[in-house]
Amino acid sequence: MSHVTDVPTTGPMNTVLTWLLRNHIWVFLALTVTVFSLASPYFLTVNNIGNILTQGAFIGILAIGMTMVMIDGEIDLSVGAILALASALAIGLQDHMGVWPAICLGLLSGAALGFVNGTLVALSGMHSFVVTLGGLIGIRGLVFVYTGENALMVQDFSYTEIPEIYIGPISLTAIIFFATALFFQWVLSSTRHGRETYAVGDNIEAAHDAGINVKRHKIINFTICGTLAAVCGILLSMRLGTAEPNAGKVWELWTIIAVVLGGIRLQGGFGSMWMTIGGVLTLAVLRNGLRLLNTPNYVELMVMGAVLVLALVLDKLLNHGGDGQ
Amino acid sequence: MLVPKCSADDASAQSLKCPNLIFRFAALAVYWEARAPQETQKDSFWIYLPYHVQSGLLSSVQGEHFNMRKSINSILRRHGLVLAFLIFLAMVAVNAEAFLTPGNILDVLRQVSITGMMALGVTFVVLTGRLDLSVGSLLTLLTVIVVDQHNIVGPFPAIVMTIGAGVLVGAFNGFLVGFIGLNALIVTLAMLSFLQGLVLFYSGGSNVNVNDAQNTWFAVFGRGDFLGVPVPVFLFILGAIIAGLVLQYTTFGRRVYAVGGNETASVFSGVNARWTVFAAYVLSGLTTGVAAIIMGSRVMGAQNTIGQGYELTVLAGVILGGTSLLGGSGSIWRTVIGISMLGFIQNGLLLLGFAYYVQWLVTWAVIIIAVWIDLGAKRGRIFA
Repeated sequence: MSHVTDVPTTGPMNTVLTWLLRNHIWVFLALTVTVFSLASPYFLTVNNIGNILTQGAFIGILAIGMTMVMIDGEIDLSVGAILALASALAIGLQDHMGVWPAICLGLLSGAALGFVNGTLVALSGMHSFVVTLGGLIGIRGLVFVYTGENALMVQDFSYTEIPEIYIGPISLTAIIFFATALFFQWVLSSTRHGRETYAVGDNIEAAHDAGINVKRHKIINFTICGTLAAVCGILLSMRLGTAEPNAGKVWELWTIIAVVLGGIRLQGGFGSMWMTIGGVLTLAVLRNGLRLLNTPNYVELMVMGAVLVLALVLDKLLNHGGDGQ
Repeated sequence: MLVPKCSADDASAQSLKCPNLIFRFAALAVYWEARAPQETQKDSFWIYLPYHVQSGLLSSVQGEHFNMRKSINSILRRHGLVLAFLIFLAMVAVNAEAFLTPGNILDVLRQVSITGMMALGVTFVVLTGRLDLSVGSLLTLLTVIVVDQHNIVGPFPAIVMTIGAGVLVGAFNGFLVGFIGLNALIVTLAMLSFLQGLVLFYSGGSNVNVNDAQNTWFAVFGRGDFLGVPVPVFLFILGAIIAGLVLQYTTFGRRVYAVGGNETASVFSGVNARWTVFAAYVLSGLTTGVAAIIMGSRVMGAQNTIGQGYELTVLAGVILGGTSLLGGSGSIWRTVIGISMLGFIQNGLLLLGFAYYVQWLVTWAVIIIAVWIDLGAKRGRIFA
């Protein structure tokens, strides 16, 4: 973990300043919300905020698993493909075995593939980028083979009613996202597994010497990541009523963008779910706000690229010894 | 002296204590393979081999006692990839007659020439220990540019503009990663998104086509033949030779390996790591430019998604060749083999009658197995 060296750490003002420098994504989020509120009358309405939360939740659920893996110093590129497989299984199997068994099997497929990724990383010592890049290609192939290259349609539309539960403007999807994020924040900050996550990401040799079972630990985190990707896939299939084989195609990249925007570093050993939530919300607000302003699609893509580089530069300037190699 | 002596305390040589005759001959053959360089240093081809090959051979005979497992390891390490590739080719060729015909081989090579061309530049970037995920979007952008500008300013200026744009984007990546020192994965990911936006901005979301596709000499890059070899294949091979020579025999090539192997040490020994990384990214942009010209000429048009996902295919090829993502280890011929392997797997599985998407499953397995074996051989153990 790197420290803010310029700022003396005494006094309430400095504490606030340090917190702001560490969590600059929330400052940026507040800024974007202000700008879009001024620019569009439709932005700061209860309905739209509910929309943003629901739209952000899908990438958000992926981002939670990615955060766990990234704090470990690893990366998972296969979440998009796992998502597609889980949604295809949940819709494709429910005619044969009923809705809930199909959902369980979808979740199980995600957990199994995450377990396979983790096991390969732990046993072979290969870079997780290589393992999950292979997984991204292969699992997508699995999806195409299973669906026969067609989009699967849900037969019983009561399936799409399942996530239509709202508390005020907040949908069940968004609630699941926040609940999972808070749960894993608790895991990170208050359990042995969480403490070990930081230890492994920070210095894997030291963690091993300290008696942490590094391999088992990594397998668990990859399994969590795969399971959450499956959760996201199933929620997506409920929302859309279909499972197309290309679902979630570049979502792994958007997920990484959200997590990195939050301030989590690829080297590992640093970060929290608060940062991830901030990154996910910022991404969702930017996408939603730009669409409300009626900007063409390409502006969104270009702004995302620019913001991401800006976030890296800021991180480097504010927190010394930042994300450089 | 001819019969290798086994020591009882060498655990890995235990199996050699009571070998039968065939085993003993095999051991001898391996022994000579590994020993040859040391004994014939003065009067054989050995002295003409590149230094790292020499040291690899030498290290295989280090230690007093002959160790069969170590020697087999050392041979696998050097030729394992080629061996696996040949076995795969033979397996498909037995089951599909059309596979190893010159026509089919040239077809496969033409298919891989675009990704192969991009992979040449990306190899330089990976060797410095960085990544380039932006090449797929860059290919889309440059193909759109070359096709669109062909209609406006003519073929030659369009080609110059494409190469220039590729170099420019590569330079920008290189500036952010090399000089500012930002994380390569994120920077090129941001560039991927940015360039995709730029493509939509430039094309307005519609496809572009070359107007006089029948009459332009621009067609030669994608559709022409030279001495019976398709021009894309010719360009790919030419590019590979040049890139290989640059990497092996120039100061720049040596610096690329140095920066990838140990950046701090390379800086202390006077290598300008920033410029080296910068130049690697510029090369990546340059080869993507050439790939875009081949692509544009082959298709005579461009969609907005024409290069989507290519960055991962290219990386898969580079990794499959055994070039390490950590940098400092790998080479151009490995990339050429890796990329060709992907092409031959795809082609071979289709000829064997498998569904199109099965090749992705096989690619998954092949990447994992190939990289694992490669890593295991380097490490001397299979498991981490």
